[in-house]
Amino acid sequence: MRQQREGSQAVAEAVALCRPDVVSAYPISPQTHIVEHLSRLVLSGSLPGCTYLNVESEFASMSTLIGASATGARSYTATASQGLLFMAEAVFNAAGLGLPMVMTVANRAIGAPINIWNDQGDSMAMRDCGWVQLYAADNQEAVDLHVMAFRLADELELPVMVCMDGFVLTHAFEEVELPTQEQVDAVLPPPPTRPVLDPAAPVTIGAMVGPEAYTEVRYLADRRHRDALRLLPLVAADYARATGRDAAGLVRTYSCEGADTVVVALGSVLGTLSDVVDQRDVGERVGVLGLTCYRPFPADAVRAAVRSARRIVVVERSLALGEDGPVAADVARALAGSGRSVSTVVCGLGGRPVTSAVLHRLLDRVARDDLPQRLFLDLDRDVVDREMQRTAALARRAEEVRS
Amino acid sequence: MTADTTSGTAPEPVRFLQVGSLAAGNRLVDLSLRAVQADPDRPSGLTKGHRACRGCGEALAARVVLDAASRASDGRLVTVNATGCLEVFTSPYPESAWKVPWLHSLFGNAPAVASGVAAALHVTGRADVRVLAQGGDGGTLDIGFGTLSGMFERNDDVLYVCYDNQAYMNTGVQRSGATPPAARTATTPVVHGHGGKDMRPAKDAPRIAMAHGIPYVATATVADLHDLEAKVTRAMGLHGARYLHVLVPCPLGWGSASDEAVRLARLATQTGLFPLLEAVDGDVVATTPIRHREPVEAYLRPQRRFAHLFAPERDEQVLAAIQADADRTIARYRLDRDDDAPDDDFDLPDDDLADTGGGLP
Repeated sequence: MRQQREGSQAVAEAVALCRPDVVSAYPISPQTHIVEHLSRLVLSGSLPGCTYLNVESEFASMSTLIGASATGARSYTATASQGLLFMAEAVFNAAGLGLPMVMTVANRAIGAPINIWNDQGDSMAMRDCGWVQLYAADNQEAVDLHVMAFRLADELELPVMVCMDGFVLTHAFEEVELPTQEQVDAVLPPPPTRPVLDPAAPVTIGAMVGPEAYTEVRYLADRRHRDALRLLPLVAADYARATGRDAAGLVRTYSCEGADTVVVALGSVLGTLSDVVDQRDVGERVGVLGLTCYRPFPADAVRAAVRSARRIVVVERSLALGEDGPVAADVARALAGSGRSVSTVVCGLGGRPVTSAVLHRLLDRVARDDLPQRLFLDLDRDVVDREMQRTAALARRAEEVRS
Repeated sequence: MTADTTSGTAPEPVRFLQVGSLAAGNRLVDLSLRAVQADPDRPSGLTKGHRACRGCGEALAARVVLDAASRASDGRLVTVNATGCLEVFTSPYPESAWKVPWLHSLFGNAPAVASGVAAALHVTGRADVRVLAQGGDGGTLDIGFGTLSGMFERNDDVLYVCYDNQAYMNTGVQRSGATPPAARTATTPVVHGHGGKDMRPAKDAPRIAMAHGIPYVATATVADLHDLEAKVTRAMGLHGARYLHVLVPCPLGWGSASDEAVRLARLATQTGLFPLLEAVDGDVVATTPIRHREPVEAYLRPQRRFAHLFAPERDEQVLAAIQADADRTIARYRLDRDDDAPDDDFDLPDDDLADTGGGLP
């Protein structure tokens, strides 16, 4: 049934449909509405057989899930920004131990300067931690991806992160269709048996591994992680069959066929981008490629999607200081040797809106063939120049005082 | 990464690692008075052949704690371990000294991991399986302190055991929040006869635990394994968050002989520096009076980490301060009371202890 729902509430209900055993909660904006709604669902009896843990930090929330998952429980938490970084050590550990669980990251900028608004710097900082990373383009996809994430986690025995843009999606009311319990059950059977803490069959989990085997353990972990590239399309097909609704696989393409320029992006900006592309002159031949799965990186799907394009523009919602953007680096590596130009466009940092007007200005420059290798879109040059002049003046004055 | 341990709980022949004490291994003690550790047919959760140093107090305590907890739970026990000596010397892949389900995650999160394990057991209908979490003083009182407090505050159904050897021994004897005043460590060195840790007291972990009002808090040492076993058994008879703080001398870090761990642990209690107590719901209900009181010097002298207090010349000021600290502790818990006199304030009978409840709803 289609209904008007806040993104966070819709995601909480989707998580509830996945029958979690343990939900661990610690508040941080803009993720709080998700765990708040889950606490209501648990208290109202809509989630029988679920333990809701109020913990004292994100480090603890991830740690409790490590314990719960290692004991065979289906486990879930949500976080954002500083919270994700605060739990970082445990995030890596959960992946290294091969523990299935699902976490929502309500994408938010990282301080300093402290900023509660949306960009994707938080999950990008965790991109190589061994979790599968999925990015939702809208709230319907956020709902769908959570169900698929639990299935992926179970089958891969790996943790899966579903990233959705903070506020832009988490706090937006829009029409979503929640799957029914029967539909979810059809996609997501009870967790398969795996070695867990059990007195009847004692296992040692988390042993120390030295130089003689660490490389092999990590190699095998990487192999398992990459298996998501095979599995996700199958799960998406299952989900589409069960719900009768199109479900994202590794990537989403829009007008990429025959496109001269393909704009690559992750998350909520994809909707605006598609609208903008529709409004452009047909002769410009611009397509949009959305990466639903970012880790493991779907290099083959990216190559296939940009087949016809000569120019790739990567819209980055995060900044890798000293090295532009992480997504562009991955795309460039996937396309190495193909002769295509890959430009990085950094925009929408710390909640600055990426409006259709902003994107039109970007595509205007593309049309004029005036796009540098690296562009800070919508940067207020006056502010930057004034600050740089002030700094230079201070340095000069200090030099005068010294001499 | 998982590795199967040797299966089942088949009897493990005991190799006696210590002699000359009143506890495990002393063939002179009457059979009926010996600790269970002296039973060659005992099922042992932590098997021999691990890589602890000779004379390690932690290895001895962990074996006793584990077996007492296994017995108390009828073998329905799972364990969580913080990073540290105990983790490292028992789990070099592909070997494992653990015959119980054992999970190691990180240095600072064992209490939270144990909370998650307990929650999972309760919610999946396996509440009869009990959870034991273990860590050293660094993992418990420093880097894991927040998660420990959180676990206490939620009253999660976990017995947490801190093996306190008073420094970061696994990384080479650096100062921790449990390092006592004046002790030499690698990061509180002694230079030209001066140094060691400053005179600030170590964190008083048992009292901090008590302040959370959790169902059970107790202290013990490896000098009295019967007492240690009894406290583990009592803790396992309760539900909710329980905390056991065990003093485990470290020959390497303390600079003592490898056959002196038990004697030093006993001296720690006899001097008053380490009080033996039990607390229920935040109140002390039992303490062990000191029968043969010793000056702190008797405890400090055999340890090279305190050698700078005696040579090249005696540091009377520091020795007096440490003695005053011991005196305060003795007064606080009235450890100098006559052992035979009735003590109305303390010493609830075991029946009352067992009734104190706690536990998850």
